[in-house]
Amino acid sequence: MKYTPVIGLEVHVELKTNSKMFCRCSADYFGKKPNTHTCPVCLGLPGALPYPNKKAIEWCLMIGLALNCEISLFSKFDRKNYFYPDLPKGYQISQYDEPFCKNGFIDLSNKKRVGIRRVHMEEDTGKLIHEGNSTLIDFNRSGVPLVEIVTDPDFESAGEVVEYLKKIQQIVRTLGVSNADLERGDMRMEPNISLKNEGQKELPKYRIEVKNINSFKLVDKAIEAEIDRQTQNPGQRFQATMRYDEKTNTTVTMRLKEEAADYRYFPEPDIPPFHWQQAYIEKLKKDAKVMMDKPSEEEERTQELLIKFSPISPVSAATIARDPKFYSSYGGTASIGKDEFGTPYQGTANAIINQKVPLVGISDEERAKIIADLNRVSDVDEDELNKTIDEVLKENKSAVEDYKKGKENAIMFLVGQVMRMFPQKIDVSKVKASLLAKIK
Amino acid sequence: MNKLNEHTIKQAREGLRRKDFSSVELTKACLEQINKAEPSINAFVTICKKEALVQAKEADKLISSNQDLPLLGIPIAVKDNLSTLGIRTTASSKVLDDYIPPYDATVIKKLKDAGAVLLGKTNMDAWAHGSSTETSDYGTTKNPWNTNHLPGGSSGGSAAAVAADEAIAAIGTETAGSIRQPASWCGVVGLKPTYGRVSRYGVIAMASSLDSPGPITKTVEDSASLLQVLAGKDEYDATTSPLPIGDYTLPIESKLNNLKIGISDEYFIEGIDVEVKREVLDSIKKFEEMGAKIEKIKLFDPRYAIDVYTIIQRSEVSSNLARYDGIRYGSEREKFGDEAKRRIILGTYALSSGYYDQYYNKASKVRSVIIEDFKKAFEKIDVILTPTSPSLPLPIGATNKSIMFGEIADVLVEPSSIAGLPGISIPIGFAKKLPIGMQIIGPQFAEELILQVAGTYEKKTEKEEWRKIKPNL
Repeated sequence: MKYTPVIGLEVHVELKTNSKMFCRCSADYFGKKPNTHTCPVCLGLPGALPYPNKKAIEWCLMIGLALNCEISLFSKFDRKNYFYPDLPKGYQISQYDEPFCKNGFIDLSNKKRVGIRRVHMEEDTGKLIHEGNSTLIDFNRSGVPLVEIVTDPDFESAGEVVEYLKKIQQIVRTLGVSNADLERGDMRMEPNISLKNEGQKELPKYRIEVKNINSFKLVDKAIEAEIDRQTQNPGQRFQATMRYDEKTNTTVTMRLKEEAADYRYFPEPDIPPFHWQQAYIEKLKKDAKVMMDKPSEEEERTQELLIKFSPISPVSAATIARDPKFYSSYGGTASIGKDEFGTPYQGTANAIINQKVPLVGISDEERAKIIADLNRVSDVDEDELNKTIDEVLKENKSAVEDYKKGKENAIMFLVGQVMRMFPQKIDVSKVKASLLAKIK
Repeated sequence: MNKLNEHTIKQAREGLRRKDFSSVELTKACLEQINKAEPSINAFVTICKKEALVQAKEADKLISSNQDLPLLGIPIAVKDNLSTLGIRTTASSKVLDDYIPPYDATVIKKLKDAGAVLLGKTNMDAWAHGSSTETSDYGTTKNPWNTNHLPGGSSGGSAAAVAADEAIAAIGTETAGSIRQPASWCGVVGLKPTYGRVSRYGVIAMASSLDSPGPITKTVEDSASLLQVLAGKDEYDATTSPLPIGDYTLPIESKLNNLKIGISDEYFIEGIDVEVKREVLDSIKKFEEMGAKIEKIKLFDPRYAIDVYTIIQRSEVSSNLARYDGIRYGSEREKFGDEAKRRIILGTYALSSGYYDQYYNKASKVRSVIIEDFKKAFEKIDVILTPTSPSLPLPIGATNKSIMFGEIADVLVEPSSIAGLPGISIPIGFAKKLPIGMQIIGPQFAEELILQVAGTYEKKTEKEEWRKIKPNL
């Protein structure tokens, strides 16, 4: 039986407004001393009331507009009631049946159109820090504006999901509404994954939600792992919330959901509903379009790298352009590397992207030299190499099988095993070529 | 000559300005009366003797340098659900027994900015759940007119403190009746402003879509001067109205010529106390003598409001009390009294998936119908007069085994609360040596009008014998 993965996605994007969603505290909480960015409102003290942040709402609307959403002229906040120690009011102010934006879409490079079900506004929670037997609560993050973007279950592969996520990241950065810095938790992703029989029209009756993943690479791995698990265990296709364990490359069940949790949503009485004027929405739409049409700084940098450092690969150029730390160390290092050590531009790019060299705290010269040393390869005796490859192939039959079945990654695993057997650094491409020759 | 603590805000202000007495003397007179009356009425949860005298001294300094602020040096008591910086705020629940807020409610900030002296925190039904103060975890407050009777509630402590001359004036909060009903039972003036006229920031939330803080005073004039200080848009409460506030302290002038007063039979409900009914009808006649036109109108049976109110209020309560989860306020959830527990359970049920449409949603729709009903009525008339409470103050213990006691005691004030309208209860006389109140309800943001109407009545009847009686404490 062949299966088609059915994947939908919820993404939380933290906005970079100066103040929090419902109070005047600074929203710039990252790395700050715990509980210093707090006030009666974001601590949920008795009697404190939320006062909505206009800019945050405007930015949420702009994200929706950039994702081709409809904006309802009437909208409101709701209370989502649930108990958790990081939620000081006992409810989260969110949006239920009247989100600011709905029914949008985004097109992927394979021409697939992914439906955006809704884009809504809510507040972030505090952070729990587990120390020994006690748990500490830091409320600096409590009340930071969050935009939740929910897609239809239109994805069929991890690759599509990752492309979509990169697009979302680029859109919010272009709009200037979020840093979308994954390391800082500005984007948190929750894919839900199920399988249907090939050709089946209706959606599966269950879904596995994988909670709070904060890197594109892990989203990719988690989805692959979950598809594998569901493919191999048809009996274990149930409704559940899981998390991805990077160490074991597996998904682990957190809780089984028999029914949707009852959040007892009701309209937030502390915030009057919103009635937008059509003209206001039109203006925001225009603003968003102007910003989206302008080539982003990122795109401009990518173009610059592609021209200046040809033949660097477009993927590497884009990766470097996207990350300010990569971008600031690449140019100088690549030029010096080429001129003084003969390192190809792509070689420098690989070393920087894979973070084989320090990106800060050293000069471009020093960095170029480290990369040159890293890339220096020793000659290897042909016979010795062939002997080693034979041994590795014998010991890793399953990897060989995997490769033959079409798992491209398996070859790199085998290359690694061979390289490990040599004390000196040897030429990867030579190892790979010899391996391929033997397998085929 | 009045004793100092018996002064109204107006009299106290004049005396302070003329330097007949100091704020410290005035404050001490109130504190002495508190000392004397508290053992029998229990109107306060916390008395801020030290803080009050410090504030009074500061006020005296300002007065001596001829500074003028609307409430400079005037001792005021506030309900214990208003957050006060550095002074414990319990909402009369042991759950918050040792909770000391790190901030002032907007109402408190405004009082302080106006120069008022904060005397103490008054007793109430725990979490404002009730109309008797019998649900307080700090003992029932007694009616100063007869300590075997209830003061009403939930702002029973504030109303009793004013009636007993323990304070020059007080602040209460009303969700549905909690200012007007105790004011009526204690023979004082209680004003519930339009929802959104006075900020809720810092008021420990009961039902967020209804809560309205307001003044409890000895006279209508005092009510106006307190409202003048309290009213207005607040950048900390998104539900406050941006409409400019009125000039509530305009001199009382007879505006009653051609004033159309609506009377609805539905508000003289079955079972209403005959003496209450008689006194209110008498007062209506006085309005007629003053030139007002009395018109019969038909309003929705106020009993529908009980259902709507119960659903909406319990639902919001269940959410608002969720934060007292035993993690942060030191007290376990067992400290919640029976009434709060009942409300949490009922509200949680009403909001549960599958019941939302049947209860909360339906109640919201009926609420809109009630709002429309009043709107239509106000197209034909200017204000509505009704009894404030269908009964005289009931004896202590009346809430025993009467789970819906509050809703029934408040039946005549609930519809206007649900509609967010302003209403003022004023004393109109006595029966069985217990006070009777009448309420004047106006359209949204018509505080100026209802204060004028109430003030005119007060002036017209100021010489009446019953006004000279003081509670015997």
